Amino acid sequence: MAALNGAVENGQPDKKVPPLPRPLRSLEVKYTKIFINNEWHESTSGKKFPTYNPSTLEKICDIEEGDKPDVDNAVEAAKAAFQRGSPWRQMDAPSRGRLLHKLADLLERDRVILATLETMDTGKPFLQAYFIDLEGCIKTLRYYAGWADKIQGRTIPVDENFVCFTRHEPMGVCGAITPWNFPLLMLVWKMAPALCCGNTLVIKPAEQTPLTSLYIGSLIKEVGFPPGVVNIVPGYGPTAGAAISTHDSIDKIAFTGSTEVGKLIKEAASKSNLKRVTLELGGKNPCIVCADADLDLAVECAHQGVFFNQGQCCTAASRVFVEEQIYPEFVKRSVEFAKKRLVGDPFDARTEQGPQIDQKQFDKILELIESGKKEGAKLECGGLAIEDRGLFIKPTVFSEVTDNMRIAKEEIFGPVQPIMKFKSIEEVIRRANSIEYGLTAAVFTKNLDRALTLASALQSGTVWINCYNALYAQAPFGGFKMSGNGREL
Amino acid sequence: ASPIPAPNPRPDIAYTKIFINNEWHDAVSKKTFPSINPATGEVICQVAEGDKADVDKAVEAAKAAFRLGSPWRRMDASQRGKLLNRLADLIERDRAYLAALETLDNGKPYAISYLVDLDMVVKCLRYFAGWSDKFHGKTIPLDGDFFCYTRHEPVGVCGQIIPWNFPLLMQAWKLGPALATGNVVVMKVAEQTPLSALYVASLIKEAGFPPGVVNIIPGYGPTAGAAISSHMDIDKVAFTGSTEVGHLIQKAAAESNLKRVTLELGGKSPNIIMSDADMDWAVDQAHFALFFNQGQCCCAGSRTYVQEDVYKEFVERSVEKAKARVVGNPFDFKTEQGPQVDEEQFKKILGYISTGQREGAKLLCGGNPAADRGYFIQPTVFGDVQDDMTIAREEIFGPVMQILKFKTIEEVIERANDSKYGLAAAVFTKDLDKANFVSQSLRAGTVW
Repeated sequence: MAALNGAVENGQPDKKVPPLPRPLRSLEVKYTKIFINNEWHESTSGKKFPTYNPSTLEKICDIEEGDKPDVDNAVEAAKAAFQRGSPWRQMDAPSRGRLLHKLADLLERDRVILATLETMDTGKPFLQAYFIDLEGCIKTLRYYAGWADKIQGRTIPVDENFVCFTRHEPMGVCGAITPWNFPLLMLVWKMAPALCCGNTLVIKPAEQTPLTSLYIGSLIKEVGFPPGVVNIVPGYGPTAGAAISTHDSIDKIAFTGSTEVGKLIKEAASKSNLKRVTLELGGKNPCIVCADADLDLAVECAHQGVFFNQGQCCTAASRVFVEEQIYPEFVKRSVEFAKKRLVGDPFDARTEQGPQIDQKQFDKILELIESGKKEGAKLECGGLAIEDRGLFIKPTVFSEVTDNMRIAKEEIFGPVQPIMKFKSIEEVIRRANSIEYGLTAAVFTKNLDRALTLASALQSGTVWINCYNALYAQAPFGGFKMSGNGREL
Repeated sequence: ASPIPAPNPRPDIAYTKIFINNEWHDAVSKKTFPSINPATGEVICQVAEGDKADVDKAVEAAKAAFRLGSPWRRMDASQRGKLLNRLADLIERDRAYLAALETLDNGKPYAISYLVDLDMVVKCLRYFAGWSDKFHGKTIPLDGDFFCYTRHEPVGVCGQIIPWNFPLLMQAWKLGPALATGNVVVMKVAEQTPLSALYVASLIKEAGFPPGVVNIIPGYGPTAGAAISSHMDIDKVAFTGSTEVGHLIQKAAAESNLKRVTLELGGKSPNIIMSDADMDWAVDQAHFALFFNQGQCCCAGSRTYVQEDVYKEFVERSVEKAKARVVGNPFDFKTEQGPQVDEEQFKKILGYISTGQREGAKLLCGGNPAADRGYFIQPTVFGDVQDDMTIAREEIFGPVMQILKFKTIEEVIERANDSKYGLAAAVFTKDLDKANFVSQSLRAGTVW
């Protein structure tokens, strides 16, 4: 998703606009169990846990609750599938790529089902789930399908009479713990590269949003991945998640979630078997708007940048730095945008913003909003929940924010846009870099030198110039400092 | 594996014209030429004969498709990959038809067209589809306050001249990389075998490639081919064919606009059988190396060097195998070898066979035409071949095997490398050190 900046539409000679997809109104949830060896299992303990629809606050269904014994079973299956001589190890690389392509085909076939499930489970608007989440999933699978037979080693002319070559071999059993903000997309970001390289997986999806991850288990089986290559264990972090990060037979763990839990995972990895760790954590991403920016573009990008996905993005533009000359105009236009943002039923095609994911997040966001008010930020609009509407929060804009306020330092993960003022480039670089996060940053300017200077000065994994959330399978993604270790894609 | 579908030996020929801008055109001159069925010597159909005027039209179309801002230039790299995958899907859909057409026009056994040629075509296109959005440039930290990066941009209008021995596969080898990287193509297909490539042109349109991105011209080398290699608006020419014509193409490129040139030419590839080789496997593979595709492979193992200890046995077994090779109607599933592609090749090969006999090589089997109709030649084996004989130095491109004797590794390496060619080579041995030593000493693009 990106502001296309007026770019010419992608080269298709046929310019027909297809009709908008519609969600499935009475969708039965078929897959609620633990997926191991291409089969569905009940939990060892017999326990189940509920998953809720955050728009209606109703329980959707119960899910088998995985814990350590289930993780152990999954790891056994993944290890067996990774044995030398197994069907998966014997499979040639282009055939792995074909399976990934076919999986993408099945996601395309079941796109409406998956988008409906994702909206039911997360509250994100259906059309966004369909056009953004599912699009990203399909493209990422196809991108990695293409890489499968292109992972090349080298021959190296070492001294003396040796034949020396490197081979890039799969790591083995990979643990993946995925978040609730983009459940299916974050799962595909882990699964596609891992499978492309020939690994096997043990996945724990977020307890808030297991449905699409479990559905994809059925597609993995349908496509024909050998049993044990992908295993999915729904459950909670302190139980199933911890079992994965401390497991002695898991060779690597990839985690997307909060910095707080990221630290626990890295610690558990080091205390157990020194498994390799990659982390995609939080961000408090600066969005720097210079006086010479295209103001309409900057306002719209900053707005979408912070409010997209109910504010629940690691890439959220949650510190907007505006050069003082244009500050009042920028605030005014941002407030206009925020006030127009349509909050409502995510299955309604007009809705732009659904509910927050759960009560815990909802409470945290409101608490931070209160802190903004108390610490002296100016509340321009919003600032409270929508009455009698469960987990819905009004799009909120604060101006006159200063760096010491909590809303300027802590990741809010909600529909709250803090706008700050700056005088000079040197100052804004220093302030932008002054926190422990460093995931993404954005710069709005027409000046070439300024753009390049900021791009290299900002301590940020990704820097977007005159765009926002331009995320594509082809480009790597990851954080500096405590926003993460390593890169995905 | 599912069985091969039965072929239709009389497939309908829907496409016989020149393909420009996703449309079918007669030649500007209105001339046509016949495409012959080499199994019978009969004309299959007439095909439009492209010449310079048609090449000019095609180049105009390609240039327009390559203009900045055009649909092809604006298309996401990943979308180019999608189109290539779609083309692969369509070829898979029409696999049996294409295999039958290939066999009709070229003479190769249908079972092989279906299982080998078509399989490799699909895999090649899918492989390059995967590369399309993975061509990375670099950012480079120069001295001074500079921002420096490389971008890998398409070359432009690519002339592609393809041969008759693997018509569809050579087409895929050229189209896959060129289209994955965003180029536009003007392709001249071999006059002996235009039909399958023209059918693929219809699939290129069906897949959704914008008009002008791929243009295909049937025609002759001295006319259409020369027009391509000397064209001032073609940015690169890629040619697969004989070394003799390769010289002409490079010369024309130099004399016109210095277009980039890549050439895949002939070979006289050495196949080295050490005395510790697995004899069964070596005989089997050496037979395949020479006789596959009626001997019409640029990488044919056409100098079989056998270490003296195992020479006698190897020769006996190779002759046995050659005598057992089934030559016949390429649509028959029992057939292993079809006809040579045309009368010119047929006569040339028979000429080499008599030269071989004249120069003193020992004819051990074969040596004659295998049928009264069509261009079939008996699988032929010469023993006691010496390095200076014509049949040991020149590319025969037919089912004629040369077996030579050697004593030591150093000797065979020197003899193997003593050739103006260097396309491929092979070594058969169980010894790891010998394998590494020989493969690293041989001057050949590929060593098996």
